[in-house]
Amino acid sequence: MEQSIPSTKAGARYNGVPFLTLRRREALVSWLFVSPTAIGFLIFFVGPLVAVIFYATTEWNLLSQRSTFVGLENFRDALTRNADFWHVMRNSAIFALGLVPLNMALALALAVALSKPRKGVIFFRTVFFAPVITSAVAWAIVWKFLLQGEAGGVNMMLASFGIDGPNWLREPNWAMASVIVTRVIKMVGLNMILYIAALQAIPRDYDAAARLEGASEWQIFKYVTWPLVAPTTLVIMILTTIGSFKVFDHIYLMTGGGPENGTLVLAFYIYQQAFEFFEIGYAAALAMVMFVIVLALTIVQVLMRGRGAA
Amino acid sequence: MTAQRQQTIKQVLWVISLAIVSVPFVFPFLWMVTSGFKSASEIFGQPSLVPDVWHWRNFVEVFEYQPFARQYFNSLYIAVLVTVLTLIVSSLAGYALARLRFAGAGLLMVGLVSALMVPEEVTIIPNFFLVGWMGLSDTHVPLVLLPVFGPQGVVATFLMRQFFLALPKELEEAGRMDGLTTLGIWWKIALPMSRPALAAVAIITFLHSWNLFLEPLVFISSLEMFTLPLALSNFTDPYGAPLWHLQLAATSLAVLPILGVYLIAQRQIVESFAMSGVKG
Repeated sequence: MEQSIPSTKAGARYNGVPFLTLRRREALVSWLFVSPTAIGFLIFFVGPLVAVIFYATTEWNLLSQRSTFVGLENFRDALTRNADFWHVMRNSAIFALGLVPLNMALALALAVALSKPRKGVIFFRTVFFAPVITSAVAWAIVWKFLLQGEAGGVNMMLASFGIDGPNWLREPNWAMASVIVTRVIKMVGLNMILYIAALQAIPRDYDAAARLEGASEWQIFKYVTWPLVAPTTLVIMILTTIGSFKVFDHIYLMTGGGPENGTLVLAFYIYQQAFEFFEIGYAAALAMVMFVIVLALTIVQVLMRGRGAA
Repeated sequence: MTAQRQQTIKQVLWVISLAIVSVPFVFPFLWMVTSGFKSASEIFGQPSLVPDVWHWRNFVEVFEYQPFARQYFNSLYIAVLVTVLTLIVSSLAGYALARLRFAGAGLLMVGLVSALMVPEEVTIIPNFFLVGWMGLSDTHVPLVLLPVFGPQGVVATFLMRQFFLALPKELEEAGRMDGLTTLGIWWKIALPMSRPALAAVAIITFLHSWNLFLEPLVFISSLEMFTLPLALSNFTDPYGAPLWHLQLAATSLAVLPILGVYLIAQRQIVESFAMSGVKG
């Protein structure tokens, strides 16, 4: 903190202790303040991160109790020999490519509809945000129930319109679409409020001026609103993409990665390898892959912001 | 007159379109609650939103099938403990990072920022062994410590830091003049001025802990130690098929209190998420 040392009682007291100058004292106090965070961070984060790198270089099955150093063998296995890996990566990419644009477009549309004060705004915001605070487990359970074949509520509703719905969670393509859409419904409220916050930060004069110039609603959105929420769009894009790569509980509970591995995504695959098949070395290598993907996404999007493309 | 009429038509169209969009957001909750009252056989019959017979007995069976009351309590006390610890730890570190100068502050910041980019799935494997090595498997200790010190705790620290940065320095300096220690300034001046940030951290932390799934799934094995999300997925017959009537009744019991709190403190909760989302 920039401040002159006050010649107060406090200052005098520090001066009474020869080695504990005010500066050293402040450094000491600071470290006491941050030590729980720093120590916890070292134990539960830095340590494990280093450990996972080591695990990734071993052939280690928990059942055989032996770990052997194999260098980059696990990565080579993943990339060249194990057909599952590319299947999983493809699924993860489909999941992200389906979820992110759908989530963001819906979030922005809802935010535009709900950003201005109007009768009923609070009610609808409450409705769209409610799934966000609901546990993913509860959400997955209810949707699994709603999407089960003929007895499911969704097909019942479709039937009343004369539509014969598929067995949503039993056919690979429909299962993927189902987990994407139900996940979007669960999480879109979060992006919606981030967009609402951004929209409300736009000075009123801007669209008032545009309106005076005779701009249509769509022109105002395109030339005023959209450029002004671009930084928020970027942040939301990063958070949503990373979030989509981390989806685990939703998949675990709704489809268990099935049918025919149709919804087997990276986070679930890592869990499966580590805690169902006990292939610790291979799972750790997969975890590293996930880490690199998330890191790369973040860097690419930060660079995009630097170039002003957003 | 016509302008006003146009306004009314606009409002009606607006309400109708939003009402249509809100169906998949509201319907699951309704379906969950009413299905929780159906008998096991009716659940597989012709589906309807309203049960033929309201089967209150499901809500008793939920507690008989597994130690549901105990599991409920587990989630509650863990979430409270995590919230209190996070508030203390993150506000201490956040204060130091915002207001105090010390060697290593920059390094710590870089470390914490990078932590936000690493998914829990990456560190859970070594943490599984760490917890086992500490003899803490099948206890609640990791469910308390990991959220406090993991990415969620880092988000809380940054939120507190941002808030402390924005506080006026004059009051703290006055406190120092009066002979308060740094700890005293944090406790008597900085914290009381930070109620909105503390509330935001408390809300997102509580909900995060309450809904935590992967960690309990990996660390907990005995029924008495289960947390609510684990318990919900555990209402199955011996072959692993879900007992829907119990599962949905239990899910209602787990979700409705949170939804109730949300309806009361709606504004506060939404703002907390907006704050943490933008600044996290």
